[in-house]
Amino acid sequence: MSEQKIDGFELKPGFKGMASDTGSDQTMFKGVHWGKAMMWIFLLSDTFVFSCFLISYMKGRGSTIVDWPNTSEVFSLYVGGVPVPLLLIAIMTFVLITSSGTMALAVKYGYEKNRKMCGWLILATAVGGLTFVGMQVFEWSKLIHEGVRPWGNPFGASQFGSFFFMITGFHGFHVSIGVIFLFIYTYKVFAGHYESKKRGWFTKMKGDYVEIEILGLYWHFVDLVWVFIFAFFYLW
Amino acid sequence: MSDEYDNNKSYQAQSSEVMDGSTGSVNPDIDYVRPAEVGEQDLYHGHSFIEKWVFCQDAKVIGVQYFLTAVFTGIVGLILSWLMRLQLGFPELAGFMTAEHYYQFVTMHGMIMVVYFLTALFLGGFGNYLIPLMVGARDMVFPYVNMLSFWMFFVAVAVLMASFFVPGGPTGAGWTLYPPQTILEGTPGSGMGILLMLISLSLFVIGFTMGGLNYMITILQARTRGMTLMRMPLTVWGIFTATVLAMLAFPALLVSAIMMTLDKVLQTSFFMPTILKAGEVLEYGGGSPILFQHLFWFFGHPEVYIVALPAFGIVSDLISVHARKNIFGYRMMVWAIVGIGALSFFVWAHHMYVSGMNPWFGFFFATTTLIIAVPTAMKVYNWILTLWRGNIRINTVMLWCLGFIVTFVNGGITGIFLGNVSVDVPLSDTYFVIAHFHMVMGIAPLMVIMGAVYHWFPLVAGKMLHEGLGKWHFWITFLGAYSIYFPMHYLGFIGVPRRYFEMYDSPYMTSAVGMNEFISIAAFIVGAAQFILVFNIIKTLKTGKKAEQNPWKANSLEWYTSTVPPEHGNFGERLPVVHRWPYDFSVPGAKDDFIPQTTAPSEVIHTEVEKT
Repeated sequence: MSEQKIDGFELKPGFKGMASDTGSDQTMFKGVHWGKAMMWIFLLSDTFVFSCFLISYMKGRGSTIVDWPNTSEVFSLYVGGVPVPLLLIAIMTFVLITSSGTMALAVKYGYEKNRKMCGWLILATAVGGLTFVGMQVFEWSKLIHEGVRPWGNPFGASQFGSFFFMITGFHGFHVSIGVIFLFIYTYKVFAGHYESKKRGWFTKMKGDYVEIEILGLYWHFVDLVWVFIFAFFYLW
Repeated sequence: MSDEYDNNKSYQAQSSEVMDGSTGSVNPDIDYVRPAEVGEQDLYHGHSFIEKWVFCQDAKVIGVQYFLTAVFTGIVGLILSWLMRLQLGFPELAGFMTAEHYYQFVTMHGMIMVVYFLTALFLGGFGNYLIPLMVGARDMVFPYVNMLSFWMFFVAVAVLMASFFVPGGPTGAGWTLYPPQTILEGTPGSGMGILLMLISLSLFVIGFTMGGLNYMITILQARTRGMTLMRMPLTVWGIFTATVLAMLAFPALLVSAIMMTLDKVLQTSFFMPTILKAGEVLEYGGGSPILFQHLFWFFGHPEVYIVALPAFGIVSDLISVHARKNIFGYRMMVWAIVGIGALSFFVWAHHMYVSGMNPWFGFFFATTTLIIAVPTAMKVYNWILTLWRGNIRINTVMLWCLGFIVTFVNGGITGIFLGNVSVDVPLSDTYFVIAHFHMVMGIAPLMVIMGAVYHWFPLVAGKMLHEGLGKWHFWITFLGAYSIYFPMHYLGFIGVPRRYFEMYDSPYMTSAVGMNEFISIAAFIVGAAQFILVFNIIKTLKTGKKAEQNPWKANSLEWYTSTVPPEHGNFGERLPVVHRWPYDFSVPGAKDDFIPQTTAPSEVIHTEVEKT
């Protein structure tokens, strides 16, 4: 979206441009689809949700009277009898970041009107997301098997399990919602809804490939949040 | 914009003469307004009754749905306040009420009035109805999600009301829901009641987020041609800033609700410290109750301004229209709204002076709190200077506005008392606090709502509300509200604590009892007086006189729709083109004492109109 031409309006670079866009009529973000602006604002709000979760976690971990469990032990996988710390998380993170890459490519091919490539790449992203959720289910069941519960665990402070299940659960919920939408959009792209200007099932609106970019924004956000959760939970 | 939008290039009128059909010589240079950047909105018109009136995607219908649902909860809140006053003033008549009932009524009254009544009414009600009309849009940008927003709110209200009927009743923990007592046995409604409250709040936040995204993006990305941000009515500025606050503050409420739900259901200890109960240690341990207070008030203080800022905006417009004068210091008003909004995120811990904080925190939060007085005072001066030498019409709308200014100043001044740590500590949890916040965020915004109802009813229903009944409604409410809350300041000074079911044989008993009876009688009368409005509305809808288009001779776009009341799509064939701010009243040299926003500069070239 580099070549922007807006009738009767000069797009200036830098701070001056921002000021003149803000002072103009009709739109504040010139040439930005309303849905994209809406997704950005939603993500800002969602950032506050995750920030509140993570700040609460830091406060909870900082003020608990019982020692926090040793995370590199708790989160290690045994490979041939040898504990490998962070193995599963490394794979999960890799899968999720890779799915961000396929999502970005899907957006590119969408704008190039390469319907087939776009569809396959969204499908790949969805599969990546599903794999991530699957591995999270595996991790949860492993921890539950080892006796970690939201109200207590054998390794240390009870808040460990509380925060872990709550925050990774909330993030996993975000990923799952994303996966559902990725599958829906895989169908929409393959079925050619954007070419035929078919109206949405619920919204009754005509779609456009910009929707793929909007979905991509959400997906990248979910990945970015994971990076923070990864850092705060597994590396701290 | 790249080629994916090319299919939709139906640009609208290129100059204003097409839209308002004026015949005068049009000067294309001074009347030039840039062509439309994006094509017409693709509106979906409902076909069946259900699509037109129930699951409707028209923001105006959604606004009315929000309004009616919020008013319904407001009436429930009003009845609860009656019951509380009955107990406080005439305990011998309230034999059916136990202390548990009283706490439940206090809690539900607070939560209903702040969240489900005022927030939903201002943002959901007025926001939905007025934003698209005032910025010149056909509808909200994402009507389907807007519709979902209302129904989510509706479910939230239903869940909240359901808590009255579950075993144990609604929660009685106080509207602040402070842990640990909120979810411990012994607090009324600590079972299902609190759970439903938390679920309802979470649903409210989700629903509000859907609506809030629409309000923000409609204002930012869907204004009509010529509508710059600095030509928007202050109503839109107020609602916009309040929505921004809500989008950033409600996350803290959502998170605290989720964490407390887990504390309740899964026995986690986010907020629960080690607790000894009847000699036994409970399962909980290691959590931080203060953390909840921080999260709650990080939401709770911006929430005050979520209620107040739309009221500020609306009252500015009402005063300007009914005093026939431009709003004094429009840009200052805008920046004051934005400044108050920004500052409101840095003051939350002034609700926690007695919770135990490092004194330096108290010092910091007292300072930021008092700084908010600066932009707020600027607004009050500007309202008064707008009235100054204006052509004031003392009609019902103006009465409510004047009532608002007086009440708001009153409540604001007691806020300065409470913002100081050393004054707050003795006054904390007394009736002084009750008087303060009811004046500043209860009665004052309510007066604006009433003024706004009388002002915009002709637009919504096409009929004029009865003026005489309106004036009765105003005077009873105004004098009555002062009879209720003025004595409460005094009760606070003598130390009567809030949230007490009964004073027993305390020294307050003798000195406060007469005053409590007086306050209660006033509260019954004021509450009953609100039904004058209900009666007025029903009577007007049946037999009221038909409103002409734009009865108040206002300038903003909502009065210049193709039909009254406006239909879906608002503006008929062509969207209006805006050439000025909405406050060109009593311009020297102009034919009328108002110049609509759509009037082209060449039509008023001989007047002394300012360039806006």
